[in-house]
Amino acid sequence: MFNSNVSRRNFLGLTAGAAGAAALAACGSSGPSDKGGSSSSGGKAVATYWSLSGVPGEPIRQAAIDRFNKANSDGKITPFFYQNDAYKQKIKTAIGAGQGPTMIWGWGGGTLKEYVKSGQVEDLTSWLSQNAAVKDKILPSSFGAGTVDGKVYALPVETVQPIVLFYNKKVFDQVGVKPPTSYNEMVALIPQFKAKGIAPFSLAGQSRWTNMMWLEFMLDRNAGSEVFNNVFAGKPNAWSDPAVLDMLTKIQSLVDQGAFQKGFSSTTADSNADQALLYTGKAAMMVHGSWSYGIQKDKGGNFVKDGGLGWMNFPPIEGGKGDPSNTVGNPGQYLSISSKATPEAKAAAQKFFSTTLVDDDEKAGWVKSGGVPVLKGADSLFTGDDAQFLKDMASIAQNAKSFAQSWDQALSPVAAETLLNNIAKLFQKQISPQAWVDSMNGVIGK
Amino acid sequence: MTTLAPPAVRVPETSRTTGGRGGSVTWMALPAFLMFFAFGIIPLVGVLFLSFTTFDIIGTVVPSGLTSWKAALTDPGLMNSLWVTFLIMALSWLFQTPVSILLGVFLAARFRYRGFLAVFFFIPLMISAAAISITFKALLDPSFGLGNGLHIDALNQDWLGKSNLAIGVLIFIVSWQWIPFHTLIYQGAVRQIPTSMYEASQIDGAGRLRQFFSITLPQLKYTIITSSTLMVVGSLTFFDLIYVLTGGGPGDATNALALQMYRLGFQSNLMGPASAIAVILVLVGLSLSLLLRRLGGRADESQLEGA
Repeated sequence: MFNSNVSRRNFLGLTAGAAGAAALAACGSSGPSDKGGSSSSGGKAVATYWSLSGVPGEPIRQAAIDRFNKANSDGKITPFFYQNDAYKQKIKTAIGAGQGPTMIWGWGGGTLKEYVKSGQVEDLTSWLSQNAAVKDKILPSSFGAGTVDGKVYALPVETVQPIVLFYNKKVFDQVGVKPPTSYNEMVALIPQFKAKGIAPFSLAGQSRWTNMMWLEFMLDRNAGSEVFNNVFAGKPNAWSDPAVLDMLTKIQSLVDQGAFQKGFSSTTADSNADQALLYTGKAAMMVHGSWSYGIQKDKGGNFVKDGGLGWMNFPPIEGGKGDPSNTVGNPGQYLSISSKATPEAKAAAQKFFSTTLVDDDEKAGWVKSGGVPVLKGADSLFTGDDAQFLKDMASIAQNAKSFAQSWDQALSPVAAETLLNNIAKLFQKQISPQAWVDSMNGVIGK
Repeated sequence: MTTLAPPAVRVPETSRTTGGRGGSVTWMALPAFLMFFAFGIIPLVGVLFLSFTTFDIIGTVVPSGLTSWKAALTDPGLMNSLWVTFLIMALSWLFQTPVSILLGVFLAARFRYRGFLAVFFFIPLMISAAAISITFKALLDPSFGLGNGLHIDALNQDWLGKSNLAIGVLIFIVSWQWIPFHTLIYQGAVRQIPTSMYEASQIDGAGRLRQFFSITLPQLKYTIITSSTLMVVGSLTFFDLIYVLTGGGPGDATNALALQMYRLGFQSNLMGPASAIAVILVLVGLSLSLLLRRLGGRADESQLEGA
């Protein structure tokens, strides 16, 4: 009995110990943390690529990587895809922990600047001058947000994405009104749609950057691109421009008039709930990035195919100083090479940059998804159902006197988070325009 | 598993805690201690260290004295987050405790379908907070949710878009998920109350209500303290639920301390101030649980005198 009791104790102790060890081991290896280059043997992947999940990007990127891996037996690439908002956190944490991918996908601007500051990404300037053919295939205007202190740290990829005003043509016909040609006309439409029980504008307010698009246009149409350029340049009290107060007051007045759908502040963009409001006819208009077209085409049944979706550049504001051709959005997406990657992984990434990412299949893939590629000479591909949309987007992007980068991408993470937080409060009327300005002046240049 | 079968006859235990069979048994706590050390103590020390540094996740950790503490304590968002956290804590305690006690007493009685009902009762506890949030978010959506689908105007409120409503919805979901757990605790405690007490009171002519207030509730004293500690300390760490449900919104109406910490750390890249908030969270949690223990008085006094 004595013996059996001891062995039982040992057994229990061992089981508990083993369970603990298993739990520890499981924690150590969670998530795709393969840095790339752990093995250089022929069949195995040497480079990793992280990007956003979902249409339109994921299938096109998957196809490009499959194409690359087929053509290259030695340096293969493994992709991982994450949801938009989750990706933004994950990539930072992974890079900080030295577990980042070989190729770092992003929006350039303020975040890229942080990477550069801590030496996490490769300087591509000399590589690009050696490979002038690659540089010549990409629109020159897209390089801006990938450049820090005159050096290129990220290659523009994928699409040029201006933000536009989308509208549901069927709803406009049903109510018997015409698309607005000015801000006042747009505001005048609000009560007409509300009278029919239709939300004038769809807005995914919980995502916050969606609200920001309104501020970007209202400020630009009102006062031109100068005000935000001053903020970006770090000039003290740059937000104190009277045009900012005017813009903030106009925004709160829109909220008061019920311009946005009921429950807008708990609607998220990641779930595409804002898109659904537009294509189901529950909302009449929506300010959104041009990528919205691809989503509505994919999710909205025959809505886009039957010509239900209309679009235009954000209308001019009466008496505003801003050029009505100006636009904001993403001049491109950006791909950097991690400076922590192994030489083999870097070589594979560079090869991917100079071959697959600038080839005709890549260009055609983005056009087919309803996007305007950052690659030159795409105009001839604008045919079929999407031709008009693509032509219009390309024309907005190319004819814009100023194509500003989205504020939250252009600013540093600290300033961007304060901005988004204040914008969320502004739409809830939890902060007055003056307090908003004061708070934002506090993070200029930070 | 046959080795786990209990021996038929047990040697009577001696009163000494060392077991009396030679050697101490404290080593049996080792696995639990190792886990606690690895996932409790080490991160805690790490966070304390980080709160005295400046760290932007991507770069290197730079010691900077009290800079991060100053930044965290002067941030106007901190007061709001503390207020939201304590509001959620107080309201969820006020709602959950009476309901859990009543349900616990109800389920402790022996009637036919109790076991069957108890299984259903436990379902919310087994679902992840993220799944619960997504489901409720969809049900409460003013455009595509339940109210609009069934054309019931009363249900068609801007549930998550108005500050007070959003807090209310949050309390409701928290309660929906955790009341079963606390009910289980109370059910077990009620079953431990000696029936002789009820029999004696019945002879003295006490009714059901009198029995509940004079016997059941006083006997549940320590259980109430245990359950309250779990609720209060647990409510400090609500993160996943709020993050998915409202993202701290509308505006900053549900931006609890845990969420504020995450935002500072992982969205603003300010790990120093975020760690300072984490330390504040630990201190608040510790002092609240100590306070609740004090309220309980001496834990060794008998509750069964005269029983």
